[in-house]
Amino acid sequence: MLAIKLAYRNLMGARLRTWLNVFVLSLAFVVIIWFKGVLNGWNQQARHDTISWQIGGGQYWHENYDPYDPFTVEDSHAPLTDEMTAAIKQGKMTPTLISQASIYPQGRIQSVSLRGVDPDQQILELPTEYLKSDDGEIPAIIGSRTAKNSKLNIGDYVTVRWRDVNGTFDANEVKIVHIFKTDVPTTDLGILWIPIDKHQSMVQMPNQATTLTTSHEIGYIGEFPGWVFKDHYFLLSEIREMIKAKSIGGYIYFIILMSLAMLAIFDTQVLSIFRRQKEIGTHIALGMTQKQVVALFTVEGAMHSILAAFLAMIYGIPLLALQAKVGWSMPAGTDDFGLTLSDTIYPSYSIGLVVGTTLIVLITTTIVSYLPARRISKMEPTDAIRGKIQ
Amino acid sequence: MKNGQLITITDMVKDYPIGKGYFRALEDINLTIGEGEFAGLVGPSGSGKTTLLNIIGSLDVPSKGDANVLGHSIGQLNARQSAQLRNHHLGFIFQTYNLLPVYNVFENVELPLLLLKMEKNKRYELVNQALDWVGLQDKRKSRPAQLSGGECQRVSIARAMVKQPKIVLADEPTANLDAENSHNILQTMETLNRDLKTTFIFATHDEKVIQYLHRKISLFDGKVAKDEQVKK
Ligand SMILES: Nc1ncnc2c1ncn2[C@@H]1O[C@H](COP(=O)(O)OP(=O)(O)OP(=O)(O)O)[C@@H](O)[C@H]1O
Ligand SMILES: [Mg+2]
Repeated sequence: MLAIKLAYRNLMGARLRTWLNVFVLSLAFVVIIWFKGVLNGWNQQARHDTISWQIGGGQYWHENYDPYDPFTVEDSHAPLTDEMTAAIKQGKMTPTLISQASIYPQGRIQSVSLRGVDPDQQILELPTEYLKSDDGEIPAIIGSRTAKNSKLNIGDYVTVRWRDVNGTFDANEVKIVHIFKTDVPTTDLGILWIPIDKHQSMVQMPNQATTLTTSHEIGYIGEFPGWVFKDHYFLLSEIREMIKAKSIGGYIYFIILMSLAMLAIFDTQVLSIFRRQKEIGTHIALGMTQKQVVALFTVEGAMHSILAAFLAMIYGIPLLALQAKVGWSMPAGTDDFGLTLSDTIYPSYSIGLVVGTTLIVLITTTIVSYLPARRISKMEPTDAIRGKIQ
Repeated sequence: MKNGQLITITDMVKDYPIGKGYFRALEDINLTIGEGEFAGLVGPSGSGKTTLLNIIGSLDVPSKGDANVLGHSIGQLNARQSAQLRNHHLGFIFQTYNLLPVYNVFENVELPLLLLKMEKNKRYELVNQALDWVGLQDKRKSRPAQLSGGECQRVSIARAMVKQPKIVLADEPTANLDAENSHNILQTMETLNRDLKTTFIFATHDEKVIQYLHRKISLFDGKVAKDEQVKK
């Protein structure tokens, strides 16, 4: 208690030097909490959007299906069993048929992934209702990135060329009926969404699918032979890895700022031990033990971080709260990064983040303060009083 | 306490290790100092004045023999116990004042009371009293850097006296002061000695101090050469 009181007096007495150290340290606080908050917000948004646009409560994949190997697509489809059809009827899942195709917008050839979906599905946010049509044409919806890349607009017709189940080429016109905007590039880039029944008859795979997406509320609904269930952990691993990679960048800023602050505090402490030798001797003459003086100097150093936490609160809370409310606008053009990233990220700060950061800063400052202070216990009080440099 | 004396030193030797051997700074010291004395250790530079004062102040320990201060054998106290002894019963006045630069006058004088864990009102009362003794009420908010040398030394007297210790140890308290200020603080200490019966022990070779002493203990080459009462 006494050490805290005296340390506080000493720090307040040192004025500018204290506040400089405290300010740099408070910057470290705010920056790391802000950065982690942005990443948390991004992570939550990316997970949320990926779930609602693409993966629902997890997916059943045909056992041969490997999205990273386009050659597997040809062999990754199978008819739906009665059991599966029943589950689809009950809204527990929805099928997708995937095949490779080429489109010819303005005479150029582009490779696309043709995906058949159920226009009546309620599981994904994908606006499949636009695919309900009965005019004999093949309607298609595409994402804004694909629309931009292939310069397609609503109402345009584009030639699609595909191979059916027997490897025979066939071609037809599809009509772009809607262009949707999504934060999830993997439901957009190079994908042409069409009604599944049309798709099945085009490739002559009646009642077949490549994947089945379960409803978010229900998820796994049992084993189907020949199909493998992929859970969130698997399907969201890319986002996880991405956030992890981005975190490292944040830690680097944090470490730089922390090092600056720690260097300043260490320096202050080392200087103090030499410059304040007489003071140390005086404390001992007035009745403190060396251990108490070590404690006093350690607390004094560590207290920088507590003051920094308070300072960080004063300007950090309004700043971070404002940021969480209005969000952080991404610069234009981030759509093309291929990351699941919305126009605006709303940072999300957790208690754990704040408490954890405070603890890290507190522990580091304490160690950095204690190391030089330890020297005090090796001093002869009589030398210290005279201020003899050792 | 032996024979009603505050300090009893018996056959004491102090050696400082130097290289492989040692240097004998004090030899064969036998001394008693009683309550209310105004005594000085005098002698040329290097005669051992500071060394003896530091042992009495429990900042250092004898190599042989015994130094008993207020019933405690200095050589036998652990760090905590000697800190307690200084905390409760000993006041120090230094040649270079040793005030804490970031504290103001009031806080400097208050520090020993904080270490005694005294409560706030009592501290306030005692600090004011001590500031009255040294006539520094008007400077209570000043920092040491804003004070003259004489004022600094008065703060340090107030700090030594504020807890009303049994013994005050002053090592060359006037060495950095001019004649006027030296007389000034010596008169202050003489008054406190008379009014409060505090024992003062000086280490000095300053004639101005010596003329105030009631007892002159002359050291030479680490030994007590002469010990005389001075009639006032
Ligand atoms: N820590 C030490 N290590 C070795 N020798 C020391 C130490 N401290 C003091 N001495 C020696 O002991 C002797 C007595 O020193 P002391 O400081 O007590 O003298 P003093 O009488 O106070 O002198 P001055 O009037 O110059 O202050 C000196 O010769 C000094 O060199
Ligand atoms: Mg000396």
